[in-house]
Amino acid sequence: MNKNQVLPSLNKKSKRQIIARLASYFVNYKFSVLAAFALMLGSNLFALLGPYLTGKAINAIGLESGVDFNAVFYYCALMAVFYVISSVLAYILSFLMIRLTQKIIRKMRQDVFDKMISLPVGYLDRLQAGDLINRISYDIDTINASLSNDILQAATGVITIIGAFVGMLLISPPLTAVFILTVPLSIFIAIKRSKEVRPLFRKRSAKLAELNGFSEEMLSGLKTIKAYAREDNIIDKFKERNEDAVDAYFEADYYGSLIGPSVNFVNNLGTVLISTVGSLMFLFGYILIGDISSFLLYARKFSGPINEYANIMGEIQSALSAAERVFRLLDEDGEPADPPGAVTLSEPRGDVSFSDVQFGYDPDKIIIHSLSFDAKAGQTIAIVGPTGAGKTTLVNLLMRFYKPQSGVISLDGTDIELYTRKSLRGAFSMVLQDTWLFEGTIFSNIAYGKENSTKEEVIAAAKAAHMHDYIESLPDKYDTLVTDGGVNLSKGQKQLLTIARAMLSPAHLLILDEATSNVDTQTELLIRDAMYRLMKGKTCFVIAHRLSTIRGADLILVVRDGDIVERGKHYELLKKGGFYSEIYRAQFE
Amino acid sequence: MKKVSILDYISKRKKRIAVGTMIKIAGTFAELLLPIIMAYMIDEIAPEKNIPLLITWGIIMLMCAVVAWGGNVKANRMASKVARDTTREIRNDLFSSTLYLSASQTDEVTVPSLVSRLSSDTYNLHNMIGMVQRLGIRTPILLIGGVALTFTVEPVLALVLLAIVPLLTLIVIYISSKGIVLYTSLQKAVDVMVRKVRDDYTGIRVIKALSKTEYESSDFRKINENVVSNETRAGLTMGITSPVLNMLLNLGMTAVIIVGAYRVSSGNAKVGEIIAFTSYFTIILNAVISISRIFVNISKGSASAKRISAILNMENPLVAHPELSENINSDEYIAFENVTFGYNGSPALSNVSFSVRKGESLGIIGATGSGKTTIISLLLRFYDPDSGVIRVDGRDIRSYDEKELRNKFGVVLQNDFLMADTVKENIRFERDVSDSDVESAAKYAKAHDFISATEHGYDTGLTARGTNFSGGQKQRMLIARALAAKPDILILDDASSALDYKTDAMLRKTLISNFPDTNIVMIAQRISSVRFADKIIMLDKGCVAGYGSHEELIRNCEIYREMQNTQTETEDGTNE
Repeated sequence: MNKNQVLPSLNKKSKRQIIARLASYFVNYKFSVLAAFALMLGSNLFALLGPYLTGKAINAIGLESGVDFNAVFYYCALMAVFYVISSVLAYILSFLMIRLTQKIIRKMRQDVFDKMISLPVGYLDRLQAGDLINRISYDIDTINASLSNDILQAATGVITIIGAFVGMLLISPPLTAVFILTVPLSIFIAIKRSKEVRPLFRKRSAKLAELNGFSEEMLSGLKTIKAYAREDNIIDKFKERNEDAVDAYFEADYYGSLIGPSVNFVNNLGTVLISTVGSLMFLFGYILIGDISSFLLYARKFSGPINEYANIMGEIQSALSAAERVFRLLDEDGEPADPPGAVTLSEPRGDVSFSDVQFGYDPDKIIIHSLSFDAKAGQTIAIVGPTGAGKTTLVNLLMRFYKPQSGVISLDGTDIELYTRKSLRGAFSMVLQDTWLFEGTIFSNIAYGKENSTKEEVIAAAKAAHMHDYIESLPDKYDTLVTDGGVNLSKGQKQLLTIARAMLSPAHLLILDEATSNVDTQTELLIRDAMYRLMKGKTCFVIAHRLSTIRGADLILVVRDGDIVERGKHYELLKKGGFYSEIYRAQFE
Repeated sequence: MKKVSILDYISKRKKRIAVGTMIKIAGTFAELLLPIIMAYMIDEIAPEKNIPLLITWGIIMLMCAVVAWGGNVKANRMASKVARDTTREIRNDLFSSTLYLSASQTDEVTVPSLVSRLSSDTYNLHNMIGMVQRLGIRTPILLIGGVALTFTVEPVLALVLLAIVPLLTLIVIYISSKGIVLYTSLQKAVDVMVRKVRDDYTGIRVIKALSKTEYESSDFRKINENVVSNETRAGLTMGITSPVLNMLLNLGMTAVIIVGAYRVSSGNAKVGEIIAFTSYFTIILNAVISISRIFVNISKGSASAKRISAILNMENPLVAHPELSENINSDEYIAFENVTFGYNGSPALSNVSFSVRKGESLGIIGATGSGKTTIISLLLRFYDPDSGVIRVDGRDIRSYDEKELRNKFGVVLQNDFLMADTVKENIRFERDVSDSDVESAAKYAKAHDFISATEHGYDTGLTARGTNFSGGQKQRMLIARALAAKPDILILDDASSALDYKTDAMLRKTLISNFPDTNIVMIAQRISSVRFADKIIMLDKGCVAGYGSHEELIRNCEIYREMQNTQTETEDGTNE
């Protein structure tokens, strides 16, 4: 829930590894990187010549003999040309850097996405959507900002400091010695900022996230709060959290507000020292007037990067943590490659057998103990039990979303682990309870069930699923967009669409979750009919809610708390008088 | 009612803002004096070789620097305080306005939008109020003050400065406004990308089952491409700012030197003044760059302010009308008389009438979209009917104070809400309910056993939306919540759909035998869930298609009979 987990600071070794890995993304662009550094160097050196020329020009004005206009024009012309060149180079540089980092970022984003869809379902189940979204957007953005800005800024900073220092030294070593007095102050401010102010900012975003989490939660229960007339109590709770949030913001601001003026103060102090001592030196003829001017300009340039240092380091730090999160995801093992010699399953008959299968999502908590059963081609296996009892576990195993701890699941007599994953999954079609439709047209949502499906096939599937007439009644027919803002499909209609999708698939095995709640009788009848059509001639694993399905099933597996507690046919189970008969009878009480 | 504007909140603090601004102006002016003093030292004092006077002026300069520092710090802190107090008040008001919106207003604005107004919009506003006071005031002072001060020193040189300032301002405004457009379209592209990730995350099983990973990957490539090209465009546009501003200011500085050369040559200016001007250019350059940074903040902040005040200005139309409180003497406890209602013009209920006496139970049944939940929403006065009257305990519900009315109810809605808090607090739900009442309610709701079986019992924490409990457990906790304050009317809207049949049947029995004075209103999909009720309403497309006991409806209501037949067929499988 909390997006702002306080990040553990990275140790030096892992930091170096992350930097090396980030650098490896640049390897393909060696030429661009070199060009960027050349441009950066050029732009900065030209800019650094400016103050020197300013001083020269002013010296030419301040001569005892009057103004030397030739010299003034000469230096000013050079200055103008240099400044223009510097700016042009700077723009080319930023152009180059943006292109370059965008290429890298694009690759990184694609890598993350591809990794996400290749991860085992079991791993994804443990991640949250928000977590993935954070990585693919915020984390990668942070890396992006850092790559395109911070590195250059840091390099520029180093060049500027060295260049400005050399400039100052060349003009007047004594004045440089005086100016150096202000440097410890700049460093002090930079340290203070990173040590004391940054944690406050971190606290600020933590408190804010807490507040936002609270309002999001409460607004999701708005109707309930109103129904119980509890508005005032909730508002009071909000006020407490808001107080914390604005206080944390204020605290960060309070100390943060020292920084800007203090940086200015150090600059101004430099000006004061240089003016006073410079005037004194000027008075005794140790320095030319224009040199004071150059010196002042260099001094301002010198302190800039020192003051930015803390900022840049902070940004690089967070970029490294972001990169670490992204890399950690990229390093997760995807679904293991099919073993060598894996068979491509084609035209399966549909005999499925479980022998001695043991499984637990947590290896220490086995929930299926030694399950064995056979399903012959064309049979229906009903899985029955209360909600939340773990009926989808069998589906997860069949589709190889999860792997059993021991035992063998076989299809047509061969261990399913020995088939290629793609062909195994292709042998099943699936209708799940949470009907998954994506943003796109109705056509593409149905056509998703089979590669290169034709318009005719899609329409035939929609007809078989009793959706054709409804779709035709929509203004855009099959091109209607399925979105939040688009057509409002009812739960039942969504279910019918996914049935149509499954109809398209040529698979011989079917996994079906009969969800019946919240659908009206009319739709229920349509769904039932469509499902029967879908089941015809297939080996079916049905998470069953309808008694008609259950009674017709060749085998019923009764699930309770994740475990299979009873198995058999309807009448056998009723006779047994166990959990199944309890569930069954309760309905008619 | 007067329209509320964000400015009202800010102007409440205008005294503090004014004082802060004065301090800021003083501090900024002290800073602007530095170059002039320096010019004075070089041009006037140094040639006289007056060392003590030189040092005195050096100390005065230092004092100016200290004043600038202190003034700016003080002013910034005052600004932070103003921003904090303003934001706190706006956010509290916004939250309570949000909670007191009527249901139709909430539908119109939508909950996600309300959430983002409370979170990102108030954050943007906070940022803006602080930033504008700190940087937004400083930059104009520097610009205007810089030009004004330099005019007193050397008017002709000041003209160079004056010429360049509007140019800079125009460029900053032009690029920033372009940037805002580009960033908006970038945001849209990012939204599409985020939606794709969310979509594929939820549908991963389907994607894998259909071996669609390559297809999805290439689909994402297109979306990614779009984000990248938007990002590049925005970056390249904004990237122009700094080189161009730098170039203009540096060229301006060059111009100052050339013009200065003529002025010095004709005896109208002194060399130190040229140095002072070059300093001004540097100061102004920094100020302009910082204002280009806050530009995006300001435009974001003012868009947010609009979105916030839109909510603050919504009036809840559902006010109490005590004048309607004439008591009708009748033994009907809940009564609908010819109630007609539609959501934004699309009819949901027409001419619905029914009544139940104290303690009688009511079942509501019908297809999806037939208006079952609408009846509940009207009974709780989430909406007012378009025509007709609803009475509870003989009084028009519009005559009740909202709290008085809703305190009569215990409600479990469809997909109801659990908080990230303890089990106990979820059942108590901010009401004055004792621990023992919480426990006995849980017992009636068949929730006590599984709650006691957890390690911390009633103090067990729920995760957000209660994901650490099963659907059936959640529903039982919700029913316990509804029972805890011993309501006069208990509303269960599809509240036991996740319970297994046995528990469901047991629960129904317990409710009927232990709460004889409570009117139970039960909405369900299946006839077996409502057949126990004293009265049943069969709804069909918003109209009452049948009304009476189960037996009466079987006899008189065709739709009901049909439904009964299909449901038992489905349940027995007799049509196989």
